[in-house]
Amino acid sequence: MRAIGIVLAGGNASRMKELTNKRAVAAMPIAGSYRAVDFALSSLANSRVQKVAVLTQYNSRSLNEHMSSSKWWDFGRKQGGLYVFTPTITADNSFWYRGTADSIYQNIDFLRNSHEPYVVITSGDIIYKLDFNKVLEEHIENKADITIVCKRLGKHADTSRYGVISTAEDGRITSFDEKPNGSEDDPLVSAGIYVIRRRQLIEMLERANEEERYDLVRDIIIRFKDVKKIYAFEHKEYWRNIASVNDYYDANMDFLKPDIRDYFFRQYPDVYSKVDDLPPAKYNAGAEVRNSLIASGTIVNGRIENSVVFKQVYIGNNCTIRNSIILNGVHIGDNTYIENCIVESKDTIKPGSNYTGQPGAPRIVLERSDRYGI
Amino acid sequence: MIRKEMIAMLLAGGQGSRLGILTADMAKPAVSYGGKYRIIDFPLSNCINSGVDTVGVLTQYQPLRLNTHIGIGIPWDLDRNIGGVSILPPYEKSDNAEWYTGTANAIYQNLKFIEHYNPEYVLILGGDHIYKMDYEILLDFHKSNNADITLATYPVAWEDASRFGLVITDENKKVLDFEEKPAKPRSNLASMGIYIFTWKVLKEALIKLKDQPGCDFGMHVIPYCHKNGANVYAFEYNGYWKDVGTLSAYWESNMELIDLVPDFNLYEEFWKIYTKSEVSTAQYLGENAVLSRSIVGEGTEIYGSVYNSVIGPEVVIEEGAVVSDSIIMQGTHIGRNSKINKAIIAERALVGSDCELGVGEEVENKEHPNIYCNGLVTLGEKTVIPDGVRIGKNTVISGVTTPEDYPNNWLGGGESLKKAGEDA
Repeated sequence: MRAIGIVLAGGNASRMKELTNKRAVAAMPIAGSYRAVDFALSSLANSRVQKVAVLTQYNSRSLNEHMSSSKWWDFGRKQGGLYVFTPTITADNSFWYRGTADSIYQNIDFLRNSHEPYVVITSGDIIYKLDFNKVLEEHIENKADITIVCKRLGKHADTSRYGVISTAEDGRITSFDEKPNGSEDDPLVSAGIYVIRRRQLIEMLERANEEERYDLVRDIIIRFKDVKKIYAFEHKEYWRNIASVNDYYDANMDFLKPDIRDYFFRQYPDVYSKVDDLPPAKYNAGAEVRNSLIASGTIVNGRIENSVVFKQVYIGNNCTIRNSIILNGVHIGDNTYIENCIVESKDTIKPGSNYTGQPGAPRIVLERSDRYGI
Repeated sequence: MIRKEMIAMLLAGGQGSRLGILTADMAKPAVSYGGKYRIIDFPLSNCINSGVDTVGVLTQYQPLRLNTHIGIGIPWDLDRNIGGVSILPPYEKSDNAEWYTGTANAIYQNLKFIEHYNPEYVLILGGDHIYKMDYEILLDFHKSNNADITLATYPVAWEDASRFGLVITDENKKVLDFEEKPAKPRSNLASMGIYIFTWKVLKEALIKLKDQPGCDFGMHVIPYCHKNGANVYAFEYNGYWKDVGTLSAYWESNMELIDLVPDFNLYEEFWKIYTKSEVSTAQYLGENAVLSRSIVGEGTEIYGSVYNSVIGPEVVIEEGAVVSDSIIMQGTHIGRNSKINKAIIAERALVGSDCELGVGEEVENKEHPNIYCNGLVTLGEKTVIPDGVRIGKNTVISGVTTPEDYPNNWLGGGESLKKAGEDA
């Protein structure tokens, strides 16, 4: 592959509420066994990108823990590798990353010291699989300066969190509206994935920095859209951003659908994640599980319906878990009722508790009781 | 300079013929266990958890699956700059070429491998038991007794003692005598086939006994050393230790894992068992799935009912199927409305719809009554069973079978049906 990869994983999202109190959005657990950033890293690895930088800032420890070895995505190579760049204070810089463009600019030596002619930039908080070789092929064919991967959002989509794009016949982008209020029918939005020539990117970042502009979308893409040749590449498969509680909930529930599970779990290529060496999930007498995903290391004694249960969860006797997401390492005491909730990882729920959220507005359960009697 | 205090040599070359069709295409240590593991994961994990970071794995019988499973040892953290895991098959030498003819002969043939690491002690392990053991404690025992050889032993019930190789010790656990399957046992300490040798002593004995045909630790090396005045001690191990050398023992040991709090607890944080997993996705349970007293591996999809069973990774159990008291290994597919009763189904088998396995009375297996017993139905790797057939107990089936193989859609108890596989 003639590209290096950059994963933007520094962000916090206020719409994630308490879920990002202790982790970056890119470290959010997905579908029982993944973290959000796995999708970007696996797509890069499967596209044979060998050298990847992950830019972290907000709660970076959660991500570092997950990326404890580059082995998980097969990046542990002599040629290339996985680099994690957190802001550092140097002789000529004393700032945090002031924006997405600035985060790359502060690591511009990574770009300068590479020899690959192209750069793939992807967000770390989107759920997708993509062969970047296909994007790069189109990019070269179009003689584009920048190619933006785009996704159609379907009917009556809320556009207020996306960059809405219009293109000419040939795919060249004619307009880019960042986060317009309102809703549109089947809008084409930016998927947060870009392909750009490495020297071009260095040049643009240097110029933006001189002008004290720090945002990749606003200060580079929108600013140069009439001057540079910016093309759209439409991604027709599954794509989802998880930057709000509802999106996060829906993204996990999507994996209960057979076609989506088949696409991510069974079809080539696989999505890789950190190996946890947990024992198989265990179902004791009294367990009743319907239409749910259960991860390894989990022990089930009660009822679970339409839910996603992550790793090393303990579900006590006579519990009912319905339409909920139970994150890693949660301990749920006997006779507990949970419906429409997202239970934060490592929570301990006392026996006989009752937590109910509203459909369409999942409740986030943070319960730090001391673990009892185990 | 390379120096290791203790290295391990893991004997993984045996066929394990008492596991029947399960070991037709792989050595016993490569057989799946407990929903996601293979038997060899236990000694390998014990090694790394005990701080033994150099392991030679001696292979001979059907090593392919072991080779791909072990690779360079990444899952066990045995990918090391110096040491780590090495697979040691028999090889041709300038003056002769022979297979490993016995356990000690296999070690003798790899003398140079051991010498390379310049160890003080060598740990000899087998690949056919399920247990968690700290070899460092064994080594401490060896050192504190100033022993030349330490045998790990396990107290067995007195009434079973005559089925084992026993050691007789004094009050300080110094070994006085050995007895192989005696009619009237004088001790109940059975040898586990796990030994620590002071390397100097072992090397000398191996060279002395190099012309002994079928040179074996239990039969030749240890008695030889003992006779020549070596200090032999017996370490008494009291944890969980399970032989999985026969189909019945293998089935029982798997079934113990589904107990509410199993004797052998895989859910403890301490002393993890590592394995190479090809999949790590969550498992999916369908709208009408029923699961009770079972453990289920990663990436499996269950739409039917499962009771008292150990289900491996990437298995599919379709709607209406009922699986009870069974072991189903990686990638196997159970068709709609099939009833599976007390079966061991090896990897990537395909059972059609409306089948019934484990039907009727127990009839002794005609070919191998000692292997296929206890009412088990055993299916080999990649076996294909057509739709709508009924299969009796104490049966074994392998290869791609077709409706013609089942007169009146029936295979009686005690029958063996072995056909060519898809690779043939």
